Amino acid sequence: MTMQKTGGQIVCESLIREGVEVIFGLPGGAILPLYQTLPEYPQLRHILTRHEQGAAHAADGYARVTGKPGVCWATSGPGATNLVTGIATAQMDSVPMVIITGQVKRAAIGSDAFQEIDITGITLPITKHNYLVMDPADIARTIKEAFYIASSGRPGPVLVDIPRDVIEEYTDFEYPDEISLAGYKPKVEGHPAQIRRAAKLIGVAKKPVILAGHGVLLSGACDELRELAEKAQIPVVATLLGISSFPEDHFLYAGWPGMHGMAYASLTIDEADLIIALGMRFDDRITGDCSKFAPNAKVIHVDVDPSEIGKSVRVDVPIVGDLKHVLRQMNPLVEDATHVDWIQRIEELKAEHPSLAIRETDKLLPQYVIRELHRATNGEAIVVTGVGQHQMWAAQHYMFNEPRSLVSSGGAGSMGFEVPAALGAQVGRPDKVVWSVAGDGGFQMTMSELATLVENKLPVKFAILNNGRLGMVRQWQQAFYEQSYVATVFNGNPDFVKLAEAFGAFGIRVTDKGQVASAIAQAMEFDGPAVVDFVVEQEENVYPFIPSGTSVAEMIEEPKPERVNK
Amino acid sequence: MNTNGTLPRRTITALVQDKPGVLARVSGMFRRRGFNIASLAVGQSEVPDMSRMTFVVEGDDRTVEQVTKHLHKLIDVVKVSDISEQNIVERELALIRVKTNPQTRSEVMQIVNIFRAGIVDVSGESTIVEVTGNVSKVNSLHKLLEPFGVVEVMRTGTIAMNRGLQPGEKSERKR
Repeated sequence: MTMQKTGGQIVCESLIREGVEVIFGLPGGAILPLYQTLPEYPQLRHILTRHEQGAAHAADGYARVTGKPGVCWATSGPGATNLVTGIATAQMDSVPMVIITGQVKRAAIGSDAFQEIDITGITLPITKHNYLVMDPADIARTIKEAFYIASSGRPGPVLVDIPRDVIEEYTDFEYPDEISLAGYKPKVEGHPAQIRRAAKLIGVAKKPVILAGHGVLLSGACDELRELAEKAQIPVVATLLGISSFPEDHFLYAGWPGMHGMAYASLTIDEADLIIALGMRFDDRITGDCSKFAPNAKVIHVDVDPSEIGKSVRVDVPIVGDLKHVLRQMNPLVEDATHVDWIQRIEELKAEHPSLAIRETDKLLPQYVIRELHRATNGEAIVVTGVGQHQMWAAQHYMFNEPRSLVSSGGAGSMGFEVPAALGAQVGRPDKVVWSVAGDGGFQMTMSELATLVENKLPVKFAILNNGRLGMVRQWQQAFYEQSYVATVFNGNPDFVKLAEAFGAFGIRVTDKGQVASAIAQAMEFDGPAVVDFVVEQEENVYPFIPSGTSVAEMIEEPKPERVNK
Repeated sequence: MNTNGTLPRRTITALVQDKPGVLARVSGMFRRRGFNIASLAVGQSEVPDMSRMTFVVEGDDRTVEQVTKHLHKLIDVVKVSDISEQNIVERELALIRVKTNPQTRSEVMQIVNIFRAGIVDVSGESTIVEVTGNVSKVNSLHKLLEPFGVVEVMRTGTIAMNRGLQPGEKSERKR
């Protein structure tokens, strides 16, 4: 049975049928008729952000912690373009998202009308797919397709642009039960012969290592990964986005490699004779110079996206398929093994290269703050980061044991992610303590969302590692530009404590090492969002450091710690 | 690289859905991934609401593999075939406007006849030659007409098809 509904009602009905509970957004003229239908659908929670970029990153953070597609919407023109950084961030990190934008009326399209911007054109290269819906009768099917495309195969953002008069027009509504896309059939099962070859390679390897990426989390394959690692006693190294896919306190965990990864993780890959790459894409931050990456290793690469296989690194056994399914096919074929010598060798590397040691000092070190944060939260918080030094320290010094407990912008490297993504994470996981580890630079890009947090009683805690600098860029200036600190020092940062209070949040400043634990405790006790301004060492650098485009041979581990305390 | 220092040319065909923006999606992908298109031809296919594109791309095996994978990754692209290694028919149509006068016209016509090309327009000062063939045939004719003064050239880009009925042909239609 069909009934007449407006395009706006159809959007809402479709979202409900896709299991959507929350939408992050900000209204405007073109999307207004959609907003005005919201009161009819109280089951759709709308969170009004202060900036559309906040809505997009929040939807992203929500998706990363729940595994469900995040939904955001905005009006035409600048509303839509403000989403762009958030969409690109999701695309680079394969995060499922559905974005709806209002558009000017059909007749006005192409006329440079008020707030008309070609958002489907703009987002063509940064979405998995996008649509401009010119007929209200197409809305239901389009939204169904959008959710299917966003969340299947290699997930990603899908944008649906709907002109205002399409939102207003009445049409018959019937939600399709199923859809068929001739050009989109993601592969689920891996090729049995390739899987047999992979199992055979694993069987003869003396120094195998698993390189676990975001795909492990996206495909929900953490248990299967652990089964494989334990069955054949294979050490596991994670990518930045693969962190939390394998428990860090597991004896087979060997850290994360790359530009700022642990030296022993990079050296493990360097010495390995077999790389089992699971749901990762050999990002340049991991490989450095591809010709010198894992020179002794054969490579098994499992990914759901065939275009990632062979893109950067030559592959001996390519397997295209959904990781969970592929591992379920492969694990029974892998024989039990021990690799005692190899695991012993990695223990030696860990002892010889204590990358996580921090120096003994009375100064307030950012690394120390993260350690204390880990202690205070028992390692059970969801940690959201921005991009830069604080991101690396958070990823290095917090121990992540629970899947989806680190939320970080990896591929795009979007500063400002830390505030709204934490908002989305808290909405998605109200049961969890969410700590946003922020830089003073990134925090100031999106801190207006503090108002959204206060308004919605979302108790996100912020640890600003405030060095008054764009720290990572400053570190590069120090390393490669003879300490010429152009445009990386903030001389007029606001008072973050007063700022927090002005927003109606709790604020506290820490300038001394002795105050760290108590400030964290006070922030956590406060019933609402809280900001801890950690005034940390200003010129602390992130180590280890493998300069861009080089290899482990060029790794800088300095300064060597005086005493090992981890 | 070939021995003459140029990248090899490969022929790829794609069956795509006739949707607004499909050409922008495809050409945008080539641009942002840095792939070079030597020619691109688009037209209706035998399947309703689907077009077939023929690309001639320049690049080594790895590049071409990436091109086909990235083409296939586009939702509106239904089927991609790299037919370079196969026994194929390649054709391109070109219109060439040549300067002619009563003295040179017959010479031009002779050349045109040798190439089994045609004359589609004659005016006092110029003649339009229509030629169909593979790229090298069109190039050769162009070169031979050059001394007369080539004013304008328009080429459709190559279209290509397998010879005989290929084993995969039926499944291609089904997908």
